[in-house]
Amino acid sequence: MATVLIFSDKNNMALELLTAAREIGAAAIKAVTINDSQAAQELANAGAEVYNIDQPDLVLADAAAVASALAQAVEQLQVDTILLSSNRRCKEYAGRLAQIIGAGCLTDVTALQVNGGQIECQRNALGGATVATQAITAARQVIAIRPRTYEAAAAASGGSVNSLQVNVQPSAVKVLEVRGKEGDSVDIEAAEILVAVGQGMESKDDLPLAEELARKLGGEVACSKPLATDKKWLSEERVVGLSGKKCKPQLALLFGISGQVQFTVGIRDARVIVSVNTDENASINQMSDYILTADLKQVLADLNKAL
Amino acid sequence: MNIVVALKQVPDLQQIRIRNRQPVFDDVPLTLGNIDKNALEAAVLIKEAQGGKVIALSAGDENVEDTIKEALAAGADEAYLVIDDELKGAESSLVAQVLAAAIKNMEDVDLILFGEGSADNYSGQVGSRVAELLGLPQVAFASSLEVNGTTATVTRSLEDCHEVVEVSLPAVITVLSDINEARIPSVTQILKAGKKPKEVVELDDLEVQLPDQSPVKTISNLAPDSQRKKVVVKSVDELIQALEAEGVIRR
Repeated sequence: MATVLIFSDKNNMALELLTAAREIGAAAIKAVTINDSQAAQELANAGAEVYNIDQPDLVLADAAAVASALAQAVEQLQVDTILLSSNRRCKEYAGRLAQIIGAGCLTDVTALQVNGGQIECQRNALGGATVATQAITAARQVIAIRPRTYEAAAAASGGSVNSLQVNVQPSAVKVLEVRGKEGDSVDIEAAEILVAVGQGMESKDDLPLAEELARKLGGEVACSKPLATDKKWLSEERVVGLSGKKCKPQLALLFGISGQVQFTVGIRDARVIVSVNTDENASINQMSDYILTADLKQVLADLNKAL
Repeated sequence: MNIVVALKQVPDLQQIRIRNRQPVFDDVPLTLGNIDKNALEAAVLIKEAQGGKVIALSAGDENVEDTIKEALAAGADEAYLVIDDELKGAESSLVAQVLAAAIKNMEDVDLILFGEGSADNYSGQVGSRVAELLGLPQVAFASSLEVNGTTATVTRSLEDCHEVVEVSLPAVITVLSDINEARIPSVTQILKAGKKPKEVVELDDLEVQLPDQSPVKTISNLAPDSQRKKVVVKSVDELIQALEAEGVIRR
C-alpha cells in the first residue's frame, strides 16, 4: 500500500485513522490538520508525518473550502488514498473532495481489508439489511471510516509536524452561532452494557426498572427509534439503529424489541445479545444468544432484585 | 424562488426479503427515499411562504416516471427526469454528474435540496459532488432552513453541536429527516399529480461524459451471517447463570 493521507476534524478520530492506515499496510502515513497545532503535535507523537494548515480564514463550516484545501494537500503531498472519519463533518467533505480530485468514494465504512493490493471496504447497504463489500477501482480513493472502528494509535516515533499552505477563496458560508446540544449527553456507543427497550414496553412507568438495571450493571439505557421520536420517553441520543447509533457492547439486553432491521443494524455487533419478549416468534430471537419469553416488566424486576 | 429537489427512486426497504443471505427484490415496489421526502417538504414549505416553483429532479430507469408522481402529489410543481437503463442503481459519482448536468439546463435555480443520504445506499456523497460540479456552496445535515432573499440561514446538526450558518444562494443543502414531517398527499392531489408538467430527457441529451467503468465495484452484498447461540432460557435465574458464564456480568 502506498502513502496514505488521513484527516479528521476530531483528533481522537484522526488517531483511529492512523491505526487504520497502519493496518492496511501504508508505506507512509501523512496527516493534515487545520488550524490545530495541538492536534498536529498529538498525531506526530503517534508517528504521523503531519502537515498543519495554519490559515484562520479556512473555516471547518465551509465544506467547499475545506474540500478544496484537502484537495490541494492531496496534490502537494502526492497521495492517492485518503482516509477520513465518517462523522457528519467529514462525511460532508468526502463527496466534495472526491469530486475535485476525481476519486471514487465510500463512506460509513465499518471494516477494511486489503486483498491483492486493493482495499475492500464493508458498509451497510439496503438500509442495513445487508453488508456490502466494495472496492474503489478508480486510481484515487476517498474512504470515510465510521468512528470507533479502530483503536486510537498509541505513541510512536518517527512523526513530524510540518506546515502546508493552501489557497482559500472568500467564503460563502458564515457561522452565526454554535450551540451545544442540550440535555442528554449520554454516549451509548461507549457503553459496555446496554439495556435497550422497545415498543413492547407498555408504559413509561416501567422505564425506571430498565434504568435501575442499567445502573446496577454499569451500563446505559438505549431504545428503538419510536420510543424517542414518537413517544418521547427517551432522548434521541439513546436511539440504536440505522438512523441512530451503531453500538458494539459486550452485552446487549433487549426488552420488548421485535427485531426490525432498522434497529438490529445498530446492535448486531454486540458480543452477547439477550432478548426478552412475550412473543416467542419475535424475529429478534433469531439474532439473540439468549432468549427469554416472558413479561418484560417482571423480568426487569427480578433482575433488579437478583443483581 | 426556484427550488430543485433531487429525489432517488429506491426499492421499498420494508418489503425486501432475505433468502440464503441474498436480498430478494421480486415484487418489491419502488418508492422515493424517506429523507428525500423531507427535502421535498422543506422546498414546498418555502414555496408556499414565498412563492416560486419546486422542481422534482430524478434520474433512473423508466419506472421513475411513475415513482415521481409521489413527489408531484406532495407539492412539487413539475418534474425533470433523466431516464436511462444505465442509471438503474448507478454509482454516486455518475448520478452526481447526471444531476448536475440536468440542473445546468434549468434557469434561475436558487436552491438545490437533497436528503442527507439515500434510503438504500446512504452514502451521502451525491449532494456534495453536485455542489462541487456546479461550483456552489453547500451545507449538509440541516435541521432547520430559512430563506431570506439572497441568503439562507441553516442549522447544521453535528454529533456534538448545532451550527447556525448563513450561506449565499444559490446553494446545495442536504436535510435531516427531523427537519419536518413530510405531508401525506390527499387522493385529489394524487389524481392531479399525473397532469403536472414533466420534462423527460435521456442521457444523450445531457452534456455528461460518463466513464466506461464505475469507480466503485461491489464484490458482495449479503445479509450478515448471524452466528448466535439462540439458547432459550426458562427463568431469570437461568439467564443470570448464562451471563455469568459468558463473563459479561458480575465480572
